[in-house]
Amino acid sequence: MNYLIIGAGPAGSAAAEAIREVDSEGTITMISEEPLALYAKPLITDLLAQKIQRTQIIWKGENFCSAHRIHLQTGKRAIRLDIPRREVVVNRGERIGYDRLLIATGGRPIALSIPGVELPGVFSFTRLSDADALAQFVRSRKAKSAVVIGGGMIGLKATEALLEQGLEVSIVEMADRLLAATFDRPASSIVEEALQKKGCQVFLQNTATQILSGRSGQVEGVMLRDRKKLPCHLVIVAIGVTPNIDLAREATISCHRGIRVDSTMQTSQDGIYAAGDCCEMQDFFGAGPRVIAIWPNAVRQGKVAGHNMAGQKDRYEGSLAMNAVEIGGVATVSVGMTDPEGEGYEIRKIWNPQKSIYKKLVLKEEVIVGAIFVEDMDRAGIYTGLIRNRIPVSDFKEHLLKEDFGLIYLPQAFRKHLVTGEGMEV
Amino acid sequence: MKRIFIREEFCINCRLCEVYCIVQNSKTRNILKAYKGEYPKPQPRVRVEEKGHLSFALQCRHCEDAPCLEACLTGAMGRDPSTDAVLCDEERCVGCWMCIMVCPFGVIRRNREGRRVISKCNLCQGEIIPVCVKNCPNEAIVYEEER
Repeated sequence: MNYLIIGAGPAGSAAAEAIREVDSEGTITMISEEPLALYAKPLITDLLAQKIQRTQIIWKGENFCSAHRIHLQTGKRAIRLDIPRREVVVNRGERIGYDRLLIATGGRPIALSIPGVELPGVFSFTRLSDADALAQFVRSRKAKSAVVIGGGMIGLKATEALLEQGLEVSIVEMADRLLAATFDRPASSIVEEALQKKGCQVFLQNTATQILSGRSGQVEGVMLRDRKKLPCHLVIVAIGVTPNIDLAREATISCHRGIRVDSTMQTSQDGIYAAGDCCEMQDFFGAGPRVIAIWPNAVRQGKVAGHNMAGQKDRYEGSLAMNAVEIGGVATVSVGMTDPEGEGYEIRKIWNPQKSIYKKLVLKEEVIVGAIFVEDMDRAGIYTGLIRNRIPVSDFKEHLLKEDFGLIYLPQAFRKHLVTGEGMEV
Repeated sequence: MKRIFIREEFCINCRLCEVYCIVQNSKTRNILKAYKGEYPKPQPRVRVEEKGHLSFALQCRHCEDAPCLEACLTGAMGRDPSTDAVLCDEERCVGCWMCIMVCPFGVIRRNREGRRVISKCNLCQGEIIPVCVKNCPNEAIVYEEER
């Protein structure tokens, strides 16, 4: 059996590992268009902040490919799928054959279309090359100030890294809160305050309308919708990522925003699978189809795809939106539907602004569907587990947000199942 | 693999497991110095939960299908090939807290002792029996081959 994996991110590498678990004989080929493969993109923040060594971004370790007998080919971009011949055309017309194909092409930053985005000093922040170019620019231009357009995960991480480098940073976000995917207003306000204490300005419900340049053609500032001018030396555009679906769509594989997959991660084409940030499906709550482009989902999807590709049945449960982020010294975890609209939701919360502690649970029909933890977040995973296992909480609802809440409050049968040592399916 | 099994009906809530865990994870491995001389005070990797008369000691379950392994984006969290224990390489951890977010047992914590990394049970690497088990007076936690 010949397996071909396009993309060497978390989904692609998890799939390769999963295939190897099942099939020790087959040939696994992995291609990546980037010169460096198998690195963790989220770590470019830590690299920019000089918190880690360059070698540390290779998250699977140097011997991953030899250990799993993966033929890795870097610098190879998949141009076209030739489905009838079961081949992928890569650059320079070379063709690579497959019996089972995984498309794990990830996402790319959404482009901002305002005047001035082409100026030197305007960056996206998703790849190693972005971090390198940015670090180089900060050094050579001796940049002192930056505007980050977009207050999502990538924007916040970029902000953190720039603040650590001693730059003055302003964030501009279209929504009424930071991390709009999983934060509510109070959670955002705590983080905003922490950022402001570090000298970072936060502009919500606002957008950039133009990037301004000086006579020398260098970035000089950003013009906002309300005509406010933010002077700066560089701009990071982080308004989201969009799935890389061109390859699939041109081969008439069913796509919407992302590549459509079923619960086995197979696309509309037999033998062709997709996983990670490039695909979309019903989410954990049955809503969607939607794209939830986060690391743990990509790994899980890759694993499920790999198992199925190698002939071992496996099913994906649907993606759950979640974020863990520490910014401005405030650690947060936010999971699921944290600020739902509509009827039938019960909200329980604790807010202690003095200690920056905020905890919120959203329940529907006696089951937790969303959770936010700010600062006091070390046991947040228990609630993620309750969400994932759809455990009814009626019997211990009053205890849920108590300081000593733990497994001991869970129904005995479920607790026993957990603590007798059996691994829990999550 | 050998795992720590919890027998909540035998736990007397003495919290000796926490004490020995603190000492094991201290710099001096001396109980008085660990409690009075080390700052910040070492954290226990095991935690006794209690509610009324019920109590039990809980530490990393070293799950077979471990969500923390899937969530870790640095590769710091890994499985020891010889013992199957889930271990965190603190040199590689960057404190992104993704593992904390997904651990259904809530047994991974932020390390408050130094660098921004996580803190969890490593089954007392190098010891034949984890110290919490060894010092439990009533066999409320036992270290045994998987049944």
